[in-house]
Amino acid sequence: MQSKKLQKKTGREKLQRAIEMCSSVEERSIDPFLIDVDEVIELIRQYFPEWKIPEDLCLDAETIHHLASVIRLQSQWIKHRSTSLYTDPFLLEEKLTRMDRKEIVEIFLKAWHPIVEMEQISLHSLSEAIKYWKGLLPLSERWKEIPPTKVEAGLTTRDELIKQRILLDKVFSEELENFWYELKRKVEEKDQKRKIRYWDFIGADTYEETVHRAFMASFLVTYGYATLKIYPLEEEIFITPYEKPVTKTGNKQLVSIPLAITAEEWMRWKNGEPR
Amino acid sequence: MSKRGRRKAYYSRKLKVATHMLFYRRHRKPGVKGWELRRRLGSDYPKVLRILDNYLKLLDLQVKTVFDGEVPAEKPTLEQLDKARFYATLRGELTPKETKMIGWRIDDLAGLAIATAHILSRRGKAPRKEVEELLRNKLPGWKVNTNIDRYIRYGYLTQDENEQIYLDWRTRAEVDQKALIDLLLSVET
Repeated sequence: MQSKKLQKKTGREKLQRAIEMCSSVEERSIDPFLIDVDEVIELIRQYFPEWKIPEDLCLDAETIHHLASVIRLQSQWIKHRSTSLYTDPFLLEEKLTRMDRKEIVEIFLKAWHPIVEMEQISLHSLSEAIKYWKGLLPLSERWKEIPPTKVEAGLTTRDELIKQRILLDKVFSEELENFWYELKRKVEEKDQKRKIRYWDFIGADTYEETVHRAFMASFLVTYGYATLKIYPLEEEIFITPYEKPVTKTGNKQLVSIPLAITAEEWMRWKNGEPR
Repeated sequence: MSKRGRRKAYYSRKLKVATHMLFYRRHRKPGVKGWELRRRLGSDYPKVLRILDNYLKLLDLQVKTVFDGEVPAEKPTLEQLDKARFYATLRGELTPKETKMIGWRIDDLAGLAIATAHILSRRGKAPRKEVEELLRNKLPGWKVNTNIDRYIRYGYLTQDENEQIYLDWRTRAEVDQKALIDLLLSVET
């Protein structure tokens, strides 16, 4: 039992060391052939039957992952050596050290073709700038402090606040729930396999109302009261209410779907034209 | 106007637009992407660039194409050209005297040459410490870091979080990497 534990401990240490070696090759651009891939594979194979707990299996997977990176680097290394750009770094370093600055610069200038760029103001942009300048108010006027107007304190009513759109006539959640009931009702009325065309639901007599309904529909979907079904080939979008609000999304990835509610689209819907 | 005349006028108009786009910086980096040229000049923009390149030859300038990723072995596809970046660069060489006029001191240029050659020989990346060490042979210590930072700022080099230095977009656009290595190796020391 004791020796089994010890063997596991040694195995873990060996894999850690292999990971560190691979990482140093990856990070410090050391010759990837310094790592004996066969040896590391043998090591992984030797200890694999010992691993039972997830942490050990993760360590095993991590070692394989790093080893795969080293093999990729080895392949890149060979590819680079076979290209005309390959040169022995030590030979080049030796040459660079022996050459004087002037010589290096002369060589570099033969291979250097700097980008040509121009910066110049045009007559057109100058005249535009003058026009802008003429129309610009002096700072003293632009930054003038507006004296606070004296307002007499008074009483207001809830109705007045609703009229000024400071308060809503309904609490938002209440409005959203009513909207959900409306969707459920419409779906039942239409009896369309528990779904209704998105535009048939959000479309209203005025464009403003349509936009407001689209805004509310977006919350229905976001808060799990309903879902959208998109048929890209038919270019059709349906909205389906849930029986109960769905709060858990599980492992599903949430996606945002932008839907354009333009005045043209609304007109087409109103006139019953195909979109 | 004859058909030939119309064609000439068509291309001369496009040449002007291409010149403006290539010579005046439109973004943070100079140069224009292929798809931008296609949008302004139409799908025959590679032909417009060829004509422009021919014209620039007289002025010792050229249209340089820098492909996204590896240089295609055969004739590039339209998709590869769309992703590529085009620059107007010098066709010939500058003399050491001219480099001073465009703001480069001999020390700084030698440092850039050494760093570029070293990184090239190390398959495109090298630890910053190694480059610093190499530059310290020829440059005073206090200048080494300033210079490397300057090369990074100009877009010749770039550095990652592990302090590894790579060649950046400007080196790919301006330096003929193969010619540099060949020239350095051909020197008898």
